[in-house]
Amino acid sequence: MKVEEVNFGKNDKFNLTMIPGKFARFLRTCVLWQFIRFIVINIKMIIVVAKSH
Amino acid sequence: MARLVVMGGGVAGHTTATFAKKWLGNDHEVVVVTPNSNWNWIPSNIWVGIGQMKKEDVVFPLAPVYAKAGIDYRQAKAVSIHPEGKEGSDKPFITIEYTGQGKEGQTEELEYDYLVNATGPKLNFDATPGLGDGNGQIGPHTVSVCTADHAVHANSELRRIFEKAKTEKQKILVGTGHGLCTCQGAAFEYIFNIEHEAKKAGVRDNLEIKWISNEAFLGDFGMGGLHMKVGGYVVSSKLFAESLYAERGVDWIIGAHVSKVEEGKLDYELLDGTTGTEEFDFAMLIPPFAGVGLKAYAKDGSDITDKLFAPNGFMKVDADYTPKPYEEWKASDWPRKYQNPDYSNIFAAGIAFAPPHIISKPAKSPNGTPINPTPPRTGMPSGIIGKAVAESVCSLIKDGENAHIHEISMAEMGAACVASAGKGIFDGQAAAMTVYPVVPDFEKYPGTGRDTDYTFGEIGLAGHWIKHILHYLFIYKAKLKPGWTLIPE
Ligand SMILES: Cc1cc2nc3c(=O)[nH]c(=O)nc-3n(C[C@H](O)[C@H](O)[C@H](O)COP(=O)(O)OP(=O)(O)OC[C@H]3O[C@@H](n4cnc5c(N)ncnc54)[C@H](O)[C@@H]3O)c2cc1C
Repeated sequence: MKVEEVNFGKNDKFNLTMIPGKFARFLRTCVLWQFIRFIVINIKMIIVVAKSH
Repeated sequence: MARLVVMGGGVAGHTTATFAKKWLGNDHEVVVVTPNSNWNWIPSNIWVGIGQMKKEDVVFPLAPVYAKAGIDYRQAKAVSIHPEGKEGSDKPFITIEYTGQGKEGQTEELEYDYLVNATGPKLNFDATPGLGDGNGQIGPHTVSVCTADHAVHANSELRRIFEKAKTEKQKILVGTGHGLCTCQGAAFEYIFNIEHEAKKAGVRDNLEIKWISNEAFLGDFGMGGLHMKVGGYVVSSKLFAESLYAERGVDWIIGAHVSKVEEGKLDYELLDGTTGTEEFDFAMLIPPFAGVGLKAYAKDGSDITDKLFAPNGFMKVDADYTPKPYEEWKASDWPRKYQNPDYSNIFAAGIAFAPPHIISKPAKSPNGTPINPTPPRTGMPSGIIGKAVAESVCSLIKDGENAHIHEISMAEMGAACVASAGKGIFDGQAAAMTVYPVVPDFEKYPGTGRDTDYTFGEIGLAGHWIKHILHYLFIYKAKLKPGWTLIPE
């Protein structure tokens, strides 16, 4: 049984959503990957901040 | 020498006052009237509400900061505005009532040349029976994280529930306490921080955690939702929000107007007109917001409050307030100068200005109850507007008639939002989002109303790091430490 799939069965609303699998959840707290995302998100935010001032 | 009076020392007012003082120097006076002795970085109240930060981590005293900056600080609340002066004097003034500085309860008239209203929201708990105590404060049945003190109380109640959950089932309800609430983002952060803490405390299995809100769909956030590019698709925030709730096992009730709160239970009405009751052991419900209730008087003493303020108590500015159907709403309805149309020396910044209409699609139940989020004015827009207003006032003071009034519309401005979904340097997560523009412009961006190159969102540890860094950065900036002007709003 895959842990992430259990919640699909908990109610009808959950059943119609997308739930991240093991790999997607791993990436969310993988320090190396998140360090890269940290830089990317910061650049994107700086662009939006610059466009807003 | 001109005098600028800023009412409200929160995100917008503090930004206006500190920039105005920096640009005006000692040639002109800047006065801040605000009832609070501390400045509060409100977004971090969420972490106080789960016991991961102390109140002292999110507040600092305003007096030494204003003394250093040369700003005249009055710990008082503004009561009324007299834009035409009074009999015998044309000089406009406000009346204030002290709440500190050893003058509690004393009233005073304070003359101004320019006035900025940055008084933020009144937390209107009493709009829902049982949510308030009948005297404008939060009632005994629910908790809140809207102020640092509320958050301290919320955490002590939460810990009591966690303790009970070691041996018995407990039910937690988080969301909005009225059909016309905004600030769903704060409730969103709180529910997922609770969920994260519950797992850490080993009590998650004994907790039923449920969301209740006035959004027509999850992920509306009072902005009508947002569309973002992911994996080659452009998708609605609804998909992402529902995914997160399902992943974390958090059930939801949406399109709900909470109509009554009692000990351990609340009644609600849904968009389809049906009603229901939900029981809880712990509930954090955001109250609806209103203006703080300032009054306005003409020279002859007659009441002109409805000339300066919209019925919800927020100040009228250069927006198009003509009532019109949703299909006719335009980006150009939103204000650009934040200047009162009748009194050009009065401005409003942050939550205090009256929006022309909501952003989400309006909705009513068949019984006629309006159930839709009111528009958010989050930290970034509040700060940017606060700074723009400071620029306009400084320009008016220095250049008089030829002054350049700074223009910035929420329909041309983006917002960066980081919604915490659990605190921890290595296991924390947050949804990092940017929205551009905040108010959708369907003429410029047909379809989604926003530029999907600059509207994005993703959840992960990186978002948490950013949220944590922003906490220190904004408190550093608000304390006017070296280089503070380099940190953007
Ligand atoms: C729990 C929570 C979490 C949030 N998280 C985020 C987030 O993560 N990101 C984000 O961008 N935004 C967030 N927000 C929203 C953000 O806090 C607001 O957008 C912002 O504070 C608005 O600034 P403001 O200056 O208009 O109002 P405020 O910051 O509320 O300031 C208003 C000031 O006016 C004072 N005042 C009130 N009455 C009077 C009176 N009669 N006379 C004089 N002064 C008066 C008040 O004491 C206060 O100091 C959050 C809000 C909450 C409640």
